[in-house]
Amino acid sequence: MKNEINLFEAVVIGSSAGGIHALSSVLAALPSEFPLPIIIVQHLHPHSDSYLAHILSTKCELKVKQADEKETITNAVYIAPPNYHLLIEEDRSLSLSIDKHVNFARPSVDVLFESAIYAYQDKLIAIILTGANNDGSQGVKNIKENGGYVIVQEPTTAEADAMPKAAIAATKVDKILPLEQIGPYLLAMVNHSRRVHRFL
Amino acid sequence: MNDIETQNIELQLLLQAIYLKYGYDFRNYSKASLKRRINHRLLKEGLESLSAMQHKLLYDVHFFDRLLLDMSINVTEMFRDPSFYLALRKYVIPKLKQHSFLKIWHAGCSSGEEAYSMAIILKEEGLYDNTQIYATDMNEVILKQAKEGIFKINKLKQYTANYQKSGGLESFSNYYVAHYDHVVMDKSLKKNILFSDHNLAIDGVFGEMNLILCRNVLIYFNSELQNRVLKLFFDSLGKDSFLCLGSKESIYFSKTSDAFKEVVKEERIYRKLY
Ligand SMILES: C[S@@+](CC[C@H](N)C(=O)[O-])C[C@H]1O[C@@H](n2cnc3c(N)ncnc32)[C@H](O)[C@@H]1O
Repeated sequence: MKNEINLFEAVVIGSSAGGIHALSSVLAALPSEFPLPIIIVQHLHPHSDSYLAHILSTKCELKVKQADEKETITNAVYIAPPNYHLLIEEDRSLSLSIDKHVNFARPSVDVLFESAIYAYQDKLIAIILTGANNDGSQGVKNIKENGGYVIVQEPTTAEADAMPKAAIAATKVDKILPLEQIGPYLLAMVNHSRRVHRFL
Repeated sequence: MNDIETQNIELQLLLQAIYLKYGYDFRNYSKASLKRRINHRLLKEGLESLSAMQHKLLYDVHFFDRLLLDMSINVTEMFRDPSFYLALRKYVIPKLKQHSFLKIWHAGCSSGEEAYSMAIILKEEGLYDNTQIYATDMNEVILKQAKEGIFKINKLKQYTANYQKSGGLESFSNYYVAHYDHVVMDKSLKKNILFSDHNLAIDGVFGEMNLILCRNVLIYFNSELQNRVLKLFFDSLGKDSFLCLGSKESIYFSKTSDAFKEVVKEERIYRKLY
């Protein structure tokens, strides 16, 4: 019950193989006035530049950009640049690092998710989409331990099912949904939490 | 007060303890990645809490040495970001040729790959003999490696590719000899490089430079410390001199940004206006 009256403040998403399609699907379901920032780690080739932000901005109404070092978070979609870890500082700004790869990945989903806990604590929604490794599973476990909300893509609807499966195995996630329902569910959940909060 | 807030107090105390005992000032580093690295060490040493770690580091110098290596991220490469070096050759080197003597500062040089890369470019451009390179880092362990100029051979393929993409004029193999699983950089490259200890969070200006490179260091600092360091660079550069930052770093959030103009925006090459 606690989660349903939680006033969420941010969404973090992790995805890997097949992620561009999956991210497009989730973001396309959200209106331009979606009230929360969305911060994304998608595993990419290290020299792939900023094309992911361009592609995603053509697929949805939200403002999508590649994350800049020390940028203050507003209601936009931020994508981790290739070859850098993306972290959230407690003052809710973004920072980058070239620390070692984590789970063979840089950016790593675990790195983003674990830093997000310090910044947002239980006011956090985390989503794990398709991917062929287990990056993110430690992160969702920690997010659950700190009272956040975790949604995982139903593995059978994922282009690569290892990442959603690892997340589901790591902790008791809140919701497992087929890809096309994730965006609408997220929107409904966020709107609901805001409506309820107006009465509290 | 919840656990996270309590841990923040512990972290502040830990950083204060490091500063008081060993003189390294991490208090203005970006917290998110610093925490990750400290937690990593915590798990590895089987320590219960940051308070326990604080106790250990106050009494155990060897433990602190290990922690220091975690906290200074030394990941580096020869000719990292080849497009940067290409731009350097094209837009900066011709301007440097107008001087009869050059001073170049690599701030946060790590194990030296960046300084050796610069030495190679300067040789190829005929500038090396009239240049003094200062390569500094706060981490003395890593500086020792830098002075030796010996690198693991498994990196060689990538370094060679980087060198070629960066506009190299020769064969990269002219600059090293392979020795078992290591490569030893040609001695003549380090003749004019002075490796020394300098902490950007604490130490000051030590000369007037024609070019400063500080790449992939500022990302680890919070805005306050970034400002301090950019002011230090401003004070260390003469008019029309160059400043090069890492590909995700910029001067725009800093107070001294008006004093610089962009030379190559995407490569973060700036020139001091006055
Ligand atoms: C990621 S490396 C960058 C190496 C190289 N410039 C490059 O771009 O490949 C960062 C270096 O900055 C050094 N460093 C961190 N804090 C510093 C400080 N306060 N003063 C001087 N060096 C510092 C670390 O010891 C490390 O060697």
